[in-house]
Amino acid sequence: MATETGPKRVTTPLDRDTVASLRVGDELFVDGVIWGVRDATLIRFFDEGKRVPADLSGAIFLHTAPSVRRRTDDGYDPVSVGTTTSMRMDRFTRPCLAELGVRAIIGKGGLSEGSAEAFREHGGVYLSIVGGAASVQTEQIERIEDVLWPDLMPECLWKFRVRDFGPLFVTMDSTGASSYRTVGEQVEERLAAAYGMLGIETPHD
Amino acid sequence: MTPPSTGLTTKTSTATLYEDLTEISCTLYKKALTDLPPDVRHAVSAAQDREQGPARRRLDVMVKAIDTSDRTGIIVCQDTGICVFFVRIGTEFAVNGARLISALRDGIARATERYSLRSSIVHPLNRTNHQTNTGEGVPVVHVDFLDGADHLDILLLPKGSGSENMSFLKMLTPADGQAGVKKFVIDSVVAAGPKPCPPTVVGVGLGGTADECVALAKKATLRPVGEPHAEPEIAALESRLLAAINQLGLGPQGLGGLTTSFAVHVEYAYTHISMNPVAVNIQCWRGERARATVHADGTVEYGY
Repeated sequence: MATETGPKRVTTPLDRDTVASLRVGDELFVDGVIWGVRDATLIRFFDEGKRVPADLSGAIFLHTAPSVRRRTDDGYDPVSVGTTTSMRMDRFTRPCLAELGVRAIIGKGGLSEGSAEAFREHGGVYLSIVGGAASVQTEQIERIEDVLWPDLMPECLWKFRVRDFGPLFVTMDSTGASSYRTVGEQVEERLAAAYGMLGIETPHD
Repeated sequence: MTPPSTGLTTKTSTATLYEDLTEISCTLYKKALTDLPPDVRHAVSAAQDREQGPARRRLDVMVKAIDTSDRTGIIVCQDTGICVFFVRIGTEFAVNGARLISALRDGIARATERYSLRSSIVHPLNRTNHQTNTGEGVPVVHVDFLDGADHLDILLLPKGSGSENMSFLKMLTPADGQAGVKKFVIDSVVAAGPKPCPPTVVGVGLGGTADECVALAKKATLRPVGEPHAEPEIAALESRLLAAINQLGLGPQGLGGLTTSFAVHVEYAYTHISMNPVAVNIQCWRGERARATVHADGTVEYGY
């Protein structure tokens, strides 16, 4: 278990070797920039084919949509920045990696086998955050540096400057390993026992 | 509205009541998102003691989130939810029900602006967002009555979408029996997997009509976490389902561990001889809810 050696630290942008060194079971903290995206942001990127004047190679994406407060100078302060269920945005994993050069996606609830394959092919990782713990994450955001596509509020492309952002748990890595697969298989194995505890007879086919 | 010219202060107090109800609704929304109920805190803490390794680390973060929100007033989860009120009106408490519902709605919009809360509510077809966390039919308001009581009880559940999206209904047949009901509950938890932010409270509705069954499942999640049903037969079903669910090993955040669910709560209604409906409504770990009781003398008590 990687936690026995303590959490790892990474700084953005992520290079290929750093991502390749990460393994399922590692615990991670991030310094640097994290980009917030959500359904509408990714639809604009990939269904509408739009791009932004920002270099996203080696970037970390966060599945989010924050509450923010607009300042008098037209900037934004974070009110609550948390994480949303990733699976809704599953079909965008591959183009994020292949077309934008993103190397890590932070989210909750995991991604599909198709995404696991994309992480393996392109050298990417999925980092699980603890869902619902937005107050912790909000305090780790130093500032909102930029807001692109503000018409999508709150689903804009957010540029967050972060320090000690975590803990994040590597749950899908660039070898194709996935904690969600492992746990899912274990649940399937234990399902018969759960039925047995409840006196449910299941047909054998 | 012109009061009768008797010199009574009807007009003034009525005017104050609905403004007060708007402010109460505003307060409840922020409170529910920030200050978790004691039963939820206890459940999180007990799971933290029980878990080890990475599962324990995830519980540590949940405890830290609760503490951070207590200290800073930052809402616990970024999801401002879809607001559902459960209002119980004492039959001796004088209130205009239509104005009450209107005041509750205004309070949600007020809190959204005052606390810079994300507006999560959109039109279902064209996705228009009024940036108020309200819209046609939202907040949802359920009204019930307390016979003989002279107070008003307002419970707000700003339900997060991650868990609300994991809602299930099945119109089983009587031949499917209790086994069919139990299997459906287990299969629903497996289907939900990591998405509803476990550890969860699994609300189960039994009987009624299709719509009543789903409503019962949601109502079941409102009970303080782990408080068993008053009827032993239902309480026994709850504890057996919980043991079976936690045996699956899905665990906190669906990444493995002992605690997939804090509790299973079941509520029921009688149903038709040819029906056997069952519904599941899941509550994420943060278990957000807040309550206000308005007494006849105008005092307001806040709770959970």
